[in-house]
Formats: sequence, C-alpha cells, structure tokens
Amino acid sequence: MNAVAETAPPYADSFAALQHTRAPDWLAELRRSAFARFTERGFPPERAEDWKYSNTRALQKLRFSPATTPPTNLGTEAIAAALLQHPQVQRLVFVDGVHVPALGSKHAAVPGLRITPLDTALREHRADLRELLLPEARWDNDPFTALNTAFLADGALIEAAGNVQVTAPVQLVFVSTPHTEACASHPRVMVTLGTNVKLTLVESYFGLDGAANFTNSCTQIALAANSRLDYFAVQREAQGDFHVSRVYVSQRERSRFASHVYNLGGEWVRNDLRVRLEDAGASVRMDGVYLADRSRHVDNHTRIDHLVAYTASDELYRGIIRDRGHAVFNGKVVVAEAAIKTDATQTNNNLLLTRNGEIDTKPELEIYADDVKCNHGATIGQLDEQALFYLRSRGLDLDTARELLTGAFARVVTDRIAAEPLRRFALEQLASALPQVAAEDGA
Amino acid sequence: MLSIKNLHANVADKEILKGINLDVKAGEIHAVMGPNGSGKSTLANILAGRDGYTVTQGSVSYQGQDLLAMDPETRACAGVFLALQYPVEIPGVNNVYFLKAAYNAIRKHRGEEQVDAVKFLGLVKDKMKLVDIDTAFLNRAVNEGFSGGEKKRNEILQMLVLEPRLALLDETDSGLDIDALKVVAKGINALRSPERAMVLVTHYQRLLDYVVPDCVHVLAAGRIAKSGDKSLAAELEQRGYDWVTAGASA
Ligand SMILES: Nc1ncnc2c1ncn2[C@@H]1O[C@H](COP(=O)(O)OP(=O)(O)OP(=O)(O)O)[C@@H](O)[C@H]1O
Ligand SMILES: [Mg+2]
Repeated sequence: MNAVAETAPPYADSFAALQHTRAPDWLAELRRSAFARFTERGFPPERAEDWKYSNTRALQKLRFSPATTPPTNLGTEAIAAALLQHPQVQRLVFVDGVHVPALGSKHAAVPGLRITPLDTALREHRADLRELLLPEARWDNDPFTALNTAFLADGALIEAAGNVQVTAPVQLVFVSTPHTEACASHPRVMVTLGTNVKLTLVESYFGLDGAANFTNSCTQIALAANSRLDYFAVQREAQGDFHVSRVYVSQRERSRFASHVYNLGGEWVRNDLRVRLEDAGASVRMDGVYLADRSRHVDNHTRIDHLVAYTASDELYRGIIRDRGHAVFNGKVVVAEAAIKTDATQTNNNLLLTRNGEIDTKPELEIYADDVKCNHGATIGQLDEQALFYLRSRGLDLDTARELLTGAFARVVTDRIAAEPLRRFALEQLASALPQVAAEDGA
Repeated sequence: MLSIKNLHANVADKEILKGINLDVKAGEIHAVMGPNGSGKSTLANILAGRDGYTVTQGSVSYQGQDLLAMDPETRACAGVFLALQYPVEIPGVNNVYFLKAAYNAIRKHRGEEQVDAVKFLGLVKDKMKLVDIDTAFLNRAVNEGFSGGEKKRNEILQMLVLEPRLALLDETDSGLDIDALKVVAKGINALRSPERAMVLVTHYQRLLDYVVPDCVHVLAAGRIAKSGDKSLAAELEQRGYDWVTAGASA
C-alpha cells in the first residue's frame, strides 16, 4: 500500500485498466456512468451524519490495485476454517474477488436453484442481467455502491424459482490473500427467491494472515411472497483488511428474512444493511455480533423501512469492545405513515471492556404512523460482577471467567438462530474469535 | 478444618459481623440459624470470597491456611463450595459446559488430568439421577429461567460433581417443596463423610429432620448468640428467636 498523490482521482488507474478488458456495450456504459458518479461524489465527507464516527481518511490514502489472477497454489486447507460443512453445500470461492472454480464444491446441482458466478453470467451476456441490477437511486447515492458497480466483474447470482425448499445451504467464500501490492475487490451478489422458497445463504469474508486488501461488497436480495431466507454473513478478515459492505433487501408479502451478521476480523469495517418491508406480513429478524478489539474499527449501520401495514422487525446487535477497539452502531427504523400495526423491536447491547475502547451507539426511530408497537434500547455495560463471582466460586480463574462471560454475551445472539446447521456454524465461527464460546453443545 | 476467630466485617461501612467465633472439624455438619438480616449470608459469602465485604478484624483459617487471603477460585480449588442463597443466572453459558470447566479447573489445580466431554457426561448423569434433575437441564444456560427449586437442585448437583471439602449451603432448603427438600437432603447426605465438613444456613427445622447436624448455632446481630446440639433447632422452632436474641443484642 502506498500513499497516493492528492491529485490523482482514486481508482482512476484501476478503472482505466478495466476499460481495456472486453465487455458488452451495456456493461461498459454501466461501469462508465457508475465510475463518473463515484468520482463526482467522492468519499463521504467527514461531516456527513452517517459517517461521523467512521473516518474514511485511512481508506482514501491507500492505493489498491485491481484484483489480478488469484494465487494458483491456494488450497482448500488454507480456508478450511471458513468452510461450512454440509453434505450438499453449494459453494463458490472467490480469491481476492476472482472466482476460483477449483475451490468450490462439486456437489450435484439442486433442482430449482440456479447458482451462477457473475463472471460467467457476464460472459454469456445474460439478457436479464441488466434488469437484475437494482437501480442505484435506491441506494442513496452511496459512493461505495457506485464504486462496486463501476468495477462490476465477479460475484454470484443465486436464483430460486418458486416453490422449492432447498435443504442444501449455499455458501459464498471471499478470501483476502497477502500480496506485495494490496488489491481491491468489488464482489456483487444477487439473490432472488421466488414465492414459497426457503433457502440458507452464507457469505464468508475470510482473510489469510498478512492480507491487507480492500473488499467493497454489495449484496442485493429480493424475496418474493412467502419466501424465507436465512442469511449468515461472517467477516473474519485479516488484521490489515478494509471492508465495506452494502446489503439491500426487499421483501414482499409474508416473506421472512433472518439475518445474522458477525464481524470478527478486519482492521476497518463498515457495513450498511437495509431492509424494505414492502408488503403486509413481511418480517425481518436482524441480528449481529461485532468484536472491536486490538485497533479494529467496526461500524454497523442498519435501516429497516416499514412501508406498509402489518410488518414486523426484530433486531438484536451485540458488540464487544476491548483493547483500543472502536465500534459504531446506528440502527434506524422508519415506520411510514401507511404502516399501521407495525411491530418493531430493536436492541443494541455493548460490552465495553477497556478504558481505551470506544462505542458510539445510536438508535434512530422515525415513526410516521399511529397504532404501532415500537421498542428500542441501547446499553453499554461491563461484565456482571455477580456472574463473575459465581464462576470463580466454582474454580474458574478470573481470566477464564471473563472470557466465558464475554463469549456468553455474544452467544445469546447466536442462540437466536433457529436454522441448523447455521446455528452450529455460527457458533464455530464465533468460537474462532472468542475461544471460550462453547462451540459444541453439551461439551 | 475451618476456624473462624473474632471475625468482624462491614458492608458498605456498616458493621454486620461483630466478632464471629466458629470451629468446624472434618466430618461435622453445623447448622447456622438466625433471624433475617442477622448476617448469615454475609458470613457464608465472606468465606467463599465474594466482593463487597470488608473484614475489619479477626481471621479465618481453612486447613491451616489463611482463607481470607485466597481468591475465590483458589478457595474453590482448595475444596470450598458455596451454594448460593440466590444462584446467579448466566445467559449464554451452557450448564454442562460450565460444570465441566469447573470440574477440570479443580482437577488441574490438583494436578489431575482433564476429563473429556464423554467421560464427564457419564459422571454428571449419575449425579443427576441422585438429585432427580432431567438431563434437559444440561444444555440450558446456567440457571436461566430455572424455577427457584430447580436452581437449588442445580446447586446441589454442582456440589455433588465438584465434591468439596467444605460445603457452605446458604438456605438451599428455602423455597423447596417436600420432594425437593428430600432430594436436597439426599444430596447432602450422599456427600457426608469423615473428610468433609458442611455448614448449613437454614431457617427451618425440617431440613434438619433429614440431615442431622452435629451443632446448631444461632447467629443474631452479627454474633453467635447460642450454640447447642440438634435439640436447639427444635427448641427454636417452638419458641422463636426472641429468647436467644434478647441476650445477644445487649
Ligand atoms: N450490599 C449491601 N449493602 C448494604 N447492606 C447490606 C448489603 N448486603 C447485606 N447488607 C445488610 O447486611 C445485613 C445482613 O445481611 P445478610 O444477607 O447476611 O443476612 P441473612 O442473615 O443472610 O438474612 P436472610 O435470612 O434474610 O437471608 C442485612 O441488614 C443486609 O441488609
Ligand atoms: Mg441470607
């Protein structure tokens, strides 16, 4: 990573290089206009309300080269810790943003479910691709989304036609690897579930030791009537990795979205997760765990729009802040005028374990409708002294007791995962960062 | 085994214990009774090493060592166990995981090898039968959502698994139905042995019908106001505390 001269527009070199690759006209045009928007907007200004606690200066200073050909010697062992073990798992693996078929799963395709690497879809000029890309206007003129579109090249399309219950979980693994020159990748994931579809999707962002890259991911999810998506995103990148993610979800009637976002790694992380409840009966469970230790910065911005009557949301984010970690949580819930009978609960609990740690939490409720049930609460606290004594009085030393309670604080969120094998996998992932989490039940 | 000499202790600058003297020998069971607020839990908590108490005078020796100088975990590893009057709920900590961690911590302290999950489960299931706890409790969070009686049984289960040298039971018999009381008594009696000592804090004679104590003490206003044999408990049940405490507070 090198400091970049003030005058050079960020990512101009990378974009120029991308212009030389072959692309259909519509794609070239899409990228050009997105890049123009990115250049025009620039990075979020420091004064911007949404970025108050997440300074992008460090990110702006770094120069990232585009993802090149991935290391050919990377084997599955290197990423074993990130892999969801399931006899039918449908897995795609991306190394520094580039799809590597050799690392994927080889299981038979699942009827009714179509998983296409985005580079393949682009190469095949899939006619509907352009329509699938969500109009960016929805995304609040967000520069990172524009940047992602400008570099649209790889990622995944996950499509389930109506009326299938897919038992095989889908996993997308994005691996960040060490390079002499740090690189930037901009994966795009598009998920479309038809009516009455049930699916489990895992996104794993994994970093190998020594990696210091920038992952700017964008996931868009559309859930048709009565569909259900269990979504688990785990970010375990390396100590030098930067990560920006955007997840946009739109939900039709009676669809259910259960989201679990765990941030356990990386150096500087900013996530935005937005859900639009567009039809009656749509409901979302939105859970998260973040660990801000060492000098890590983790910012989670979530937003739920209750657009119509009879929609429900239940959000629980818990954060652990220690060493010199800095965590930010901003949870916005907007209840539109039409959205009577909305049921919305939001809780954010933080464990602030060191004096040098920092947490900025802000719940934001905007309610324009009458006759709604909305609760929210945010807490910042320390470990429970009574519980600490109890554990110690049974023989556990102070450090172990602390670690156990810290893990337990996060585990409460994991225990809300209804779907197996997701819950178990989440527990495993959590245990990788918080070793005292009992990874196995009853062990 | 346990020797408490002239123990004075404050809670929040208020003197609660005002010179406790108590000797408990291996093999003995002592019952400590006394009115609400007299300092029974304070005494038990101080012995287990709970924060929030300041010992201003006196000493406690346990197996020849200065008990008050030890961390709570060191006391536990040395064989001290306190069944709490109000067991703590710990969401997110699996009951059996916790129990195994405690068991292995104590074994490690003694230089014994660690016991794996399978072996431990076998051991714990045997003890569960004794206290009549369903195995479903193993995989629940520690005490979370347990009923009052279930929490008490869970304390007894922990005691049976950890096999302490000195067990302090703070009102483990309170709030129990008749069957549960018998179960708790059974647990206590199962552990009774010439190498062990127990101190039972209780308000009721009925536990002592099942667990016969060697000595009964009345703690009143921070002092041991009266000591006697098991007949003292029966007398208290009949006459109340007034006749004892009248002398103590003077
Ligand atoms: N943290 C505290 N702050 C202030 N006072 C306290 C505190 N803890 C205990 N006390 C006081 O110390 C006294 C003794 O309390 P303790 O719990 O030892 O009584 P006890 O004999 O166990 O009573 P009970 O039979 O009701 O359990 C009481 O007056 C109580 O209010
Ligand atoms: Mg008490």
